[in-house]
Amino acid sequence: MREITFSQATLEAMDEEMTRDERVFVMGEDIARQGGIFGQFKGLPDKFGKDRVKDTPISETAIVGAAIGAALTGMRPVADMHFADFMGVCMDEIFNQMAKIHYMFGGQRSVPMVLRAPDGLINQAAAQHSQSIEAWFMHIPGLKVVIPSNPADAKGLLKSAIRDDSPVIYFEHKALFNTRGAVPDGEVLSPIGKAKVAREGSDVTLVSYSHCMGLSLKAADILAGEDVSVECIDLRTISPIDKETILASVAKTTRLVIAHEAVKQGGVGAEISAIVAEEGIDFLDAPIVRVGAPFTPVPFARPLEQAYRVTPEKIAEAIRGLF
Amino acid sequence: MIIFRKRGGGSLSAKKVKEKKGLNKYPRTLLEQFYRTMLTIRSFDKKVEEKFLAGEIPGFVHLYIGEEAIAAGVISNLSREDYIQSTHRGHGHTIAKGADLKRMMAEIFGKKEGYCKGKGGSMHIADLSIGMLGANGVVGGGFNIATGAALATKMQGKNNVSVVFFGDGASNRGTFHEAANMAAVWDLPVLFVCENNQYASTTPYMTTTSVENIADRAAGYGMPGVIVDGNDIFAVYEESQKLIDRARRGEGPSLLECKTYRVKGHYVGDPERYRTKEEVDKVCESNDPIDRFECTVLDGKLFSREELDAIKASAGKEVEKALEFARNAEEPEISELFAGVYA
Ligand SMILES: Cc1ncc(C[n+]2csc(CCOP(=O)(O)OP(=O)(O)O)c2C)c(N)n1
Ligand SMILES: [Mg+2]
Repeated sequence: MREITFSQATLEAMDEEMTRDERVFVMGEDIARQGGIFGQFKGLPDKFGKDRVKDTPISETAIVGAAIGAALTGMRPVADMHFADFMGVCMDEIFNQMAKIHYMFGGQRSVPMVLRAPDGLINQAAAQHSQSIEAWFMHIPGLKVVIPSNPADAKGLLKSAIRDDSPVIYFEHKALFNTRGAVPDGEVLSPIGKAKVAREGSDVTLVSYSHCMGLSLKAADILAGEDVSVECIDLRTISPIDKETILASVAKTTRLVIAHEAVKQGGVGAEISAIVAEEGIDFLDAPIVRVGAPFTPVPFARPLEQAYRVTPEKIAEAIRGLF
Repeated sequence: MIIFRKRGGGSLSAKKVKEKKGLNKYPRTLLEQFYRTMLTIRSFDKKVEEKFLAGEIPGFVHLYIGEEAIAAGVISNLSREDYIQSTHRGHGHTIAKGADLKRMMAEIFGKKEGYCKGKGGSMHIADLSIGMLGANGVVGGGFNIATGAALATKMQGKNNVSVVFFGDGASNRGTFHEAANMAAVWDLPVLFVCENNQYASTTPYMTTTSVENIADRAAGYGMPGVIVDGNDIFAVYEESQKLIDRARRGEGPSLLECKTYRVKGHYVGDPERYRTKEEVDKVCESNDPIDRFECTVLDGKLFSREELDAIKASAGKEVEKALEFARNAEEPEISELFAGVYA
């Protein structure tokens, strides 16, 4: 199968969906003249014109608010958040408007739009340009939240997100943009709300997503050399969450570890732990373990950032503790 | 609108130059301070650029090169007790407010002796002890903080002012409008200083902003809006002085728009595919604030070339010392990661 980068995969998704449906357009900062700060919009302005690939002022509330208005009135906007960290600027638009309109107005209209949010640690970008904030959004009814770990799902989930009639937040990890992976030719659609068993195993279930998924697979490799068989689940969507896949795996392996780059406290791992504690505690032969960042802002200095990061070794060590 | 001004203009006599610029009223020490501050910023940022490109400095770095007259001119009107609020492009403001170059450089290198113990980096340098309320990684994050500092000074019965620097791009954040209105309705001593360098990252000013001048917006909040050539330190100094004095008298906030140009890429390493080299060269050739200062004081026979060179050399030496300090400084211990989450 052909291999392309994560960034190219998102480009193909945009290109195909904008070709298929002329209501789809994209707006955000620095996307038209330079093709996005991570090159993830390169070529789109030339192909679709600057009316459908729009540079905006530095006005996040206006970007998201206007996308909501356009979505309500017949368009299917994709809004780029530049860095996920700047979503704080437009939180009212996200959680009081975008997320609630469909329910609050009795289902009269949907808000079919996508927020693309590059997140995560890269190049010591420090406290305001490095965060993983996905867990905030799983606490908000009305939003779908997807978070791919590889080029195939990057393409498949973005296409599904654009076609979805609910608002979808699409987290794309900055450190993934240049990674390569196999992507099938032709139509690629990944289902929203469906996790994937990325590696089968029998001794422990390791749930992860996004950039941390790759680290989790490495941890599984390390442990394979120690005769521990790890089943890796790539969540892909964190809201609505795919309980069935997680519970089925835990029923088989009897152990559960969740790993993510975001701070451990109040993270996605906490929700998964709670689900398994409520609905699958009898499956468990060991306590549930979460691996995440410490409860601190992201520090700048290299040794501190290194210490902050989740690594394959930290995940492997957590799993060793279960046996 | 970019203001071009040719270097030189040697046809005026020294006396005329002095009169025209009103240079007679400038104490020599102030002129020297202008020059030293601008040169220190210039050589500091050149050094940072060099070391970033050499792989010694990580993270994101935004240079102030070409905009030095704004920080140096405005902040020359402030005392240590006045506040400034800076941006992602903050080295210049920080230096002009009197920060320690060694601790700045150490922070940029992520070292323990840095201003923020290595936790912040270039985009997050602060020195609260000299009224420097912080650089900011979030565009437009500083407007309301500056307004709050001005509110506090007023409540505390002090007559200090609060100056917030911001870009043309930042003026499109809602925070600008909210801060401007609140500062105006409460007559707070805030000076909003727009550094209109014609670009917000990849987007030219006129493609994202509905008015030709950011200063035009001041009227909407009932405050004065003044436009100045941001590469002319004398003009920046004089206009900001009037507005700062006004704020100190309790007459409320105002907005100073400094027209300038971002000579360097948005950040070090910017491929700059959104503009041509010719455009940049054309502006640089004629409009460098340090060159312009030199021409003026040389024409006016206020300083000799040798005197200027001596100041330049000593500024360069300070930056070298800062670099040495930063390189030799220690990295933070891992325990620092967990320290300081709460007060
Ligand atoms: C809220 C927010 N949106 C977007 C960004 C990304 N960003 C950083 S600097 C910048 C451009 C700022 O332009 P301007 O305000 O004109 O300042 P300049 O860089 O020209 O000094 C952008 C878009 C950010 N840091 N914060
Ligand atoms: Mg600008």
